[in-house]
Amino acid sequence: MAKAGQCGWVELVSETLDVPRLRALVAHPSAGAVLVFEGTTRDSFENECVRWLEYEAWPEGALRALGEIIEESEQRWPGLRCAIAHRLGRVDVGETSVVVALSGGHREEAYAASRFVIDTLKAKVPIWKREVMANGAHWKANPEGTPRMEEQ
Amino acid sequence: MDVPQNVRVRYFAALRESRGTNEEVIALAEPTTARSLYDRLFPKAGGGQIPVGFAVNGEQVPGSHLLVGGEEVIFLPPLGGG
Repeated sequence: MAKAGQCGWVELVSETLDVPRLRALVAHPSAGAVLVFEGTTRDSFENECVRWLEYEAWPEGALRALGEIIEESEQRWPGLRCAIAHRLGRVDVGETSVVVALSGGHREEAYAASRFVIDTLKAKVPIWKREVMANGAHWKANPEGTPRMEEQ
Repeated sequence: MDVPQNVRVRYFAALRESRGTNEEVIALAEPTTARSLYDRLFPKAGGGQIPVGFAVNGEQVPGSHLLVGGEEVIFLPPLGGG
């Protein structure tokens, strides 16, 4: 687990994410709201059965990008505490691939920050996902994570 | 350039599978843009070239970034985290 920003934490792990531990990192007496978002492996996509997902990261780039998300979040919502953990490797159906645990003085900032963090993660963090389906596997892009095609 | 210079290229995800390795040293006979290097390693002909972003020495750069040798280059396929 690496410190990020003023009060944040980021990590990439290869085993089951410890949600209570992540929550404990951000909960504190001045927080009126604690919010934990978990992204989980869904059993289907467009009516096709998903067997499992696999995640791969550019580790240095991903940790840096996660840290930048924490820093920006702390600037936008002063007093926010946020821990982001992403799992790498195989994540089976129903298991958690990403946790965004955060706390704020009130629910307004907690909900807003939670949405911001996961949306920005999907758009900016160099992590890739492979969907393993019943009849094959493919690398799956987030709609928000496709590089802009540059002028040639 | 009088002497070919090398760049260290790291591959992830679909590019790693395509190239068959997660890392490779590539010789540059002359300064080359990141985009040109990508086109050389993953030719567009026949379709199926994956759109990528570029990172050189850990920092994201445009495809026009000129490589002269000694850099670490990463091609970033469409992201899938979260």
